[in-house]
Amino acid sequence: MTDLREIAAAEVTVPESGPKMTAHNVNVFYGEKQAISNVSIDVGQENVTAFIGPSGCGKSTFLRTLNRMNDTVASARVEGDIRLDGENIYDKSMDVVQLRARVGMVFQKPNPFPKSIYENVAYGPRIHGLAHGKAEMDQIVERSLKRAGLWEEVKDRLAESGTALSGGQQQRLCIARAIAVDPEVILMDEPCSALDPIATAKIEELIHELRGRYAIVIVTHNMQQAARVSQRTAFFHLGVLVEYGETSAIFTNPRETRTKDYITGRYG
Amino acid sequence: MSLAVIAVLVVGLGLVAWISARVRAAAFAAPGQPRPHSLPSQHGWYVALWTVVPALVFLIVWDAVSGGLIYSQVMASPEAQSLPAFGIQRSAILNEAYALATGASTAAFNREAFTLAPVYAEAISFYTWIGFAVALLIAFAAGAWAFSRMSPHFRARTRVERVVMGTLLAASLIAILTTLGIIVSLLFESFRFFSMISPVEFLFGLNWSPQMAIRADQAGSSGAFGAIPLFWGTIFIGAIIAMIVAIPLGLMSAIYLTQYAAPGFRAWMKPILEILAGVPTVVYGYFAALTVAPAIRDLGLTLGIPASTESALAAGLVMGIMIIPFVSSMADDSIAAVPQAMRDGSLAMGATTSETIKKVLVPAALPGVVGGVLLAVSRAIGETMIVVMAAGLAANLTLNPFDSVTTVTTQIVQLLTGDQEFNSPKTLAAFALGLVLFLVTLALNIVALRVVKKYREAYE
Repeated sequence: MTDLREIAAAEVTVPESGPKMTAHNVNVFYGEKQAISNVSIDVGQENVTAFIGPSGCGKSTFLRTLNRMNDTVASARVEGDIRLDGENIYDKSMDVVQLRARVGMVFQKPNPFPKSIYENVAYGPRIHGLAHGKAEMDQIVERSLKRAGLWEEVKDRLAESGTALSGGQQQRLCIARAIAVDPEVILMDEPCSALDPIATAKIEELIHELRGRYAIVIVTHNMQQAARVSQRTAFFHLGVLVEYGETSAIFTNPRETRTKDYITGRYG
Repeated sequence: MSLAVIAVLVVGLGLVAWISARVRAAAFAAPGQPRPHSLPSQHGWYVALWTVVPALVFLIVWDAVSGGLIYSQVMASPEAQSLPAFGIQRSAILNEAYALATGASTAAFNREAFTLAPVYAEAISFYTWIGFAVALLIAFAAGAWAFSRMSPHFRARTRVERVVMGTLLAASLIAILTTLGIIVSLLFESFRFFSMISPVEFLFGLNWSPQMAIRADQAGSSGAFGAIPLFWGTIFIGAIIAMIVAIPLGLMSAIYLTQYAAPGFRAWMKPILEILAGVPTVVYGYFAALTVAPAIRDLGLTLGIPASTESALAAGLVMGIMIIPFVSSMADDSIAAVPQAMRDGSLAMGATTSETIKKVLVPAALPGVVGGVLLAVSRAIGETMIVVMAAGLAANLTLNPFDSVTTVTTQIVQLLTGDQEFNSPKTLAAFALGLVLFLVTLALNIVALRVVKKYREAYE
């Protein structure tokens, strides 16, 4: 796995600024079954953080606790302390609508709404009342699509349905949709798993460009991808956070044998 | 011995054929031999079908033909020469003789019947015996032929499968052929109606008064067949008032049940809603006529609006209640068919549940909901019992929901109740109305199914 080490080592390590989100002793249950036990993790403001691990290890479940998407699952129960800029997001005073405006999410399968490209991007600003008038909305839509690297491809057909785009374009549309409400954190749940290599490369390039502007957390099955896009990597196994650190360190010099076994392809 | 007994015998023979073919086919699977093409039981079915089916087909044909043969043999007998030539007397004697001969009765009013009875009995038994012999011959011959074709290579399975397919095809064709038969009979009677009354008058006339003068000196009963008031009444009750009730309530209950209700609540709420669809419409009729209608009349009079007991509003409201489960279950299905990813996407943007429903789920589910509503309309305008009991008979063209209107189905019931002569336009008008109703509901159903199908393709 020398290639992985090279890729990870080539990443310039960004100096740590204060953590954007902190999680402390988080447990997640689905009914009786415990899916996450005792996970503590800090997500940096300037970083792309990758969650890796075998299927069913709880990395997506943990990601969904960060914007309370687990609230939509009736049987899910979250314990512990998760803070965004020091504010407990599971506190009663936290409004989940505002939380999700601040912590956006991109899903595994592109899920544009069956509306026009324009309306897909305008959806968030509209429900949060971010734009005053058509001109301002046009601006938000254009800026978001530009940041998502989709503007040049769709600027002449904003009225066409978002579902008519290709898979990779749809995923970038979903990223534009998330960006449009100007979030602070973007969660990406295996955003490339339904895409071909070329579309995947475009998304990874996009993640590079978005880094610094937004704190990004990405769940991925693809270790090369984790090595390529992230500065910090967390390895989950069976609901436990096994190891968390600099991506280059995880891939070149893991402390735990389980991490080493996983990244060298021993299991997973 | 009757034909039914022969049929049972033939089926018994089939059982024998099944067993013996099976036993013979079981011997095909000898060790060292190539594996036989079909299983023993498939060979059994093949031979049994050949034994039973041709013989039964013959018996059915014979049952139809032998009646005529028996009659002509009785007529040819010397005893029949003394019968009265025509009329009720003659057929009464023949019927009594037949009843005596078959043992259906032991007494007769006409003495001639007793002399004729033995002749009848003789003819019946003669032709029954012929039927018996031929049926057995066919069963044996066909069975033996099938049995002789058996070999390890013989493809009994394919043939039996073909018979199964044919049977299933016939079963489904019966429904289709019945529909065609209904159309033809409606068309035929409607054509007779339109040869007396012009279609233009029927479809565009504003005056409905189907009473016809029986005698020339009766006054004011010339008959008027302008059906517009009926169409309006049907649309007013079924497509306007009922839908104003059913669409919002059905849609909102579907949204509540799919999006908000706890699984436990949904588990018993949904069946209760479906029970509403199983209540006989005549019960809704009582409810409309006895409870809702008087209340609405009183309301109308309190408001100072001319109101009748048999108001459009009473029938329409109750019909709307009846339709709720249809709208709600179609809406429920189409909302549930919107992918979870769509809902998650909206919630993850910070939309509330109601914003997600309003902006994403309902627009995405709309074609399915529209399809459900069209089906509900077609059901409502064809609904009969509620309007017969609660809507009036007066063919008014009115916009006042407290007034009485009449519907197509009410008038059909009215025109066909009691003794009717089938050569007057009054009776035949029922068929023309039925034809219009049939065509409209057919068109609605086709459009609705198209819409629903198109929508389904979008997600799969």
